[in-house]
Amino acid sequence: MSYSDKVLDHYENPRNVGALEANDASVGTGMVGAPACGDVMKLQIKVNDAGIIEEARFKTYGCGSAIASSSLVTEWVKGKTLDQALAIKNTAIAEELALPPVKIHCSILAEDAIKAAVADYRNKHEVVSAGYAACDPAAA
Amino acid sequence: MPTLPIYLDYSATTPIDPRVAEIMIPYLTEKFGNPASRSHAFGWDADQAVERAREEVAGLVNCDPKEIVWTSGATESDNLAIKGAAQFYKGKGKHLITVRTEHKAVLDPMRELERQGFEVTYLDPEPNGLLDLDKFTAAIRPDTILASVMHVNNEIGVIQDIETIGEICRGKGVLFHVDAAQSTGKAPIDLARLKVDLMSFSAHKTYGPKGIGALYVRRKPRIRLEAQMHGGGHERGMRSGTLATHQIVGMGAAFRIAAEEMATENERIRMLRDKLWAGVSTLDEVHLNGDMQQRVPHNLNASFNFVEGESLMMAIKDLAVSSGSACTSASLEPSYVLKALGRNDELAHSSIRFSIGRFTTEQDIDFAVQLLHKHVGKLRDLSPLWDMHRAGIDLNSVQWAAH
Ligand SMILES: Cc1ncc(COP(=O)(O)O)c(C=O)c1O
Repeated sequence: MSYSDKVLDHYENPRNVGALEANDASVGTGMVGAPACGDVMKLQIKVNDAGIIEEARFKTYGCGSAIASSSLVTEWVKGKTLDQALAIKNTAIAEELALPPVKIHCSILAEDAIKAAVADYRNKHEVVSAGYAACDPAAA
Repeated sequence: MPTLPIYLDYSATTPIDPRVAEIMIPYLTEKFGNPASRSHAFGWDADQAVERAREEVAGLVNCDPKEIVWTSGATESDNLAIKGAAQFYKGKGKHLITVRTEHKAVLDPMRELERQGFEVTYLDPEPNGLLDLDKFTAAIRPDTILASVMHVNNEIGVIQDIETIGEICRGKGVLFHVDAAQSTGKAPIDLARLKVDLMSFSAHKTYGPKGIGALYVRRKPRIRLEAQMHGGGHERGMRSGTLATHQIVGMGAAFRIAAEEMATENERIRMLRDKLWAGVSTLDEVHLNGDMQQRVPHNLNASFNFVEGESLMMAIKDLAVSSGSACTSASLEPSYVLKALGRNDELAHSSIRFSIGRFTTEQDIDFAVQLLHKHVGKLRDLSPLWDMHRAGIDLNSVQWAAH
């Protein structure tokens, strides 16, 4: 299999590798895929008070195209609102990296990772507010 | 610094030995006759060369040259042996036995026979890749006509006990076919002693040309086959088609050299393989696939846990190796051979096959070990599974969202 220059660039110099504090309320973590399928992506986003993603980190177990897709996504989500991040489609990822048909699933996984990270962040905030509500004697 | 990339995929194919290529060339140009031409010297010369090659092939495996039938390779030999015997002996029964770790050139003809109304038992090997002989014996039925068990596995290099399996088959009146594509020149074969009825060979795994192979068909007791290729009645009617003299001469020379040099060559190769394993096994979480003792010296198949095989191959692109990872094929299924050993999907996805050969040097191995140390570490730094493993999380306890 031959790889596009962009896949090779992201693979050889992956952007934003690492982890953010998963328990931090401003961090959303998404982990998608399965070892049995040959790829697992973990994407984390840090959202500021204005609702903008100011940092993103990833770790990926998978082929070169999976690593490149997740690396690319960390660059793309930065500076976006959650809704703007959710609007990133796998087709755009596949096009940017010139993925061949057998590697399209890598771009789908990257899109899923964004959705999972955003969902985790939003979940946390609902849980947190629900928690306050439950502990608020005035609300009982 | 060795020349890059370094070829460590000798189980996929080998270069033609330059000594073999030199012998082949005249048969492409001035000695171009058709070995079936009986009326002139062009034909006689070609026929003589073909018969000499037949003796050379027979010499490596200790059989009568008359028992060697030329084919286009091990795929064709497997097809001719399995379908040819099943179709000829179907009056005696319609059951066959094979193993899940066989090459597709055996499994696919078996599937075809199932479509034709035969029944096939696919045995699982033990976790070390070897067949449990009691399980094999238990699978034999009164209507079993043929068993097919490969000598050396192409992915993990393990050597099956074809001597004992042959005894079991002969005792039960079952024909025994062996795919020996991966064993010529690597493991000794003595057909005078082995109770093997049919054996497939390929030239290009043993420093001969691609597109030529042979099938051994035992004469005492005589084994009959239904031809799969009909035509001018070449090869005693078993395989029609004008013989490819230059290819045949190449296969003969390659097998003669193998017979002469295998003892010393294999010792050198074993030393290199052991050096490679000693070098990579110092990394954490590296698992050997297949038995280490009952194994050809050329093969090392290891899983680098928590690193996906294709990304590792991309990182070590200066080494030409192959992987059991799904990503190397269009399907998303990892190696069926490793799965049949009971390896989990992760380990199957993380496997690399290194196969060493005649032109591998010690420098090549040193370079490979260095490169692996550097890149396995780098990819693990990228791997969420490695983090989880280090945090003590059992990956089997995680609910993965399969896609
Ligand atoms: C075990 C085994 N059988 C059969 C074959 C097919 O051989 P050929 O390429 O000569 O058709 C191969 C090689 O890929 C092999 O390794």
